Amino acid sequence: MALLEIRNLRVEFDTAAGPFRALDGVDYTVEGGEVLAIVGESGSGKSVAMLAVMGLLPESATVSADLMAFEGIDLRTMPAAERRKVIGKDIAMIFQEPIASLNPCFTIGFQLDEVLKAHTSLSRKARKDRVIELLESVGIPDPLRRVSAFPHQMSGGQCQRVMIAIATACEPKLLIADEPTTALDVTIQKQILDLLTDMQRDTGMGLIMITHDMGVVAETADRVVVQYKGKQMETADVLTLFENPSHPYTKALLSALPENATGDRLPTVADYEAMMQADVREVQP
Amino acid sequence: MNNPDRSAVVLAESRNATRKMLAEFWFYFSQNRGAVAGLFVFIVLVIVALAAPLVAPHDPDVQYRDFFLTPPVWQEGGNSMFLLGTDAVGRDMLSRLIFGARFSLFIGLVVVGIALTGGIVIGVVAGYFRGWVDTVIMRVMDVILAFPSLLLALVLVAVLGPGLMNAMIAIAIVLQPHFVRLTRAAVLTERTRDYVVAARLAGAGNTRLMFKTILPNCLAPLIVQGTLSFSNAILDAAALGFLGMGAQPPTPEWGTMLAEAREFILRAWWVVTFPGLAILITVLAINLVGDGLRDALDPKLKRS
Repeated sequence: MALLEIRNLRVEFDTAAGPFRALDGVDYTVEGGEVLAIVGESGSGKSVAMLAVMGLLPESATVSADLMAFEGIDLRTMPAAERRKVIGKDIAMIFQEPIASLNPCFTIGFQLDEVLKAHTSLSRKARKDRVIELLESVGIPDPLRRVSAFPHQMSGGQCQRVMIAIATACEPKLLIADEPTTALDVTIQKQILDLLTDMQRDTGMGLIMITHDMGVVAETADRVVVQYKGKQMETADVLTLFENPSHPYTKALLSALPENATGDRLPTVADYEAMMQADVREVQP
Repeated sequence: MNNPDRSAVVLAESRNATRKMLAEFWFYFSQNRGAVAGLFVFIVLVIVALAAPLVAPHDPDVQYRDFFLTPPVWQEGGNSMFLLGTDAVGRDMLSRLIFGARFSLFIGLVVVGIALTGGIVIGVVAGYFRGWVDTVIMRVMDVILAFPSLLLALVLVAVLGPGLMNAMIAIAIVLQPHFVRLTRAAVLTERTRDYVVAARLAGAGNTRLMFKTILPNCLAPLIVQGTLSFSNAILDAAALGFLGMGAQPPTPEWGTMLAEAREFILRAWWVVTFPGLAILITVLAINLVGDGLRDALDPKLKRS
């Protein structure tokens, strides 16, 4: 049984100009211990899909799916209170802006402790030790002193480490990372990615990596979903995708990577639009 | 490293962090000289008010029949028994002013307490839930704001009946919309932040999100508005007292004292001047403290 299984997910937003379809029939399957990458340009519905799973979309959004199951339990029919228990404990998420994701009014130790208090039955003292342990495990130097630091006293990379500590505090079965490295500089990106993949390997949790960075995909993912304009273009494992992309959009995306560029101009996805239209016509009878 | 050691270090660190925060607060606060002066005056006022029975030379309600309208001690005809003179029925001005400080500070405290609590709860609910809740609350607040504040307070007192308690309730209701608006505006900017989403994700319910996650981040402007409203409350209470709708005589409330002294304005300047000065100094001191607090708490003004 898959850890997370989603069939035919559609999300529509009510806008002044009528309903806008942000996601149109996408499928995701994540097994335990697997890293799934969702790639696509801005507006392709990567984040919306995950927010829909978490039930975090605003009122104006209508979510529908044929199946949306976590460990075989349907998330759609689950009462809100029960859903809150699963989300946060078994499914955790980290965001793009690490500094904004931490409450500026409280110390990081307090915020870690809060999560443990809500989802575990550890005693006060045990929680304190666990907080230190978690900070150590995500590689915060001198955690004994850092517990009482406020988010503004730490760098972006360290804040992201704290976010990862918070997300993994309850040993979730599935971790969703929504562009976890976009706001960080390149050297820190590498460290955070290593940390995430190490933790994923050690704990055997499922990991969904949302990104627009093909380098990140190549380095971390087992399987890749390529999305474009709310539709799923292609699902394949990493090697196949990079060596033998079947969809023209994926080809376009790959050839737009600077390291793949030939000639003096970097190709863009738009260059392949014509090619894709031809492809669509071919599919339609 | 064993466990007791660890928690000791953690504890010491957290205490250290609190101390550092207070030190930082004081650093920014003390850069504003006026604020420090205001704070000093305010502390003196609080001490005087608390120790009124010990400090005051006379009972504020005792009438010395031989000393009607005695001028202050430095003026011709002054008596060393009454440093600031006596009023029209022979009561010592200084003692009445000292006891009046109690009333003024009490009024400020109660009014700001009621207005702040009510304003925060209503404002957070409006800002957090949006939709029709927000619309209903804010339109009601707009209606309250549309009245001239003193007029509304007068009407409320007229309905509730004159007296200090009713005056305080009326002033609190008049001041409340300002807190509601301020809280709502702050909540609106905070509620879409990532850390709120992260908290919701970690399983936080609505109440917790509203009051534990979002509210602490909105407090800085509220504290500043609170101190400024403190002085506003004292002024409004004095105004209501002056109009005979607040504290009733013989209460030594400053505004009521002014009202009683109105007819002697031309022949005994001290009966009007001193209560007026007391109000002025108190309000000025509190406003200065409020400015200093804004400097210390508003991150936008910080130059770190």
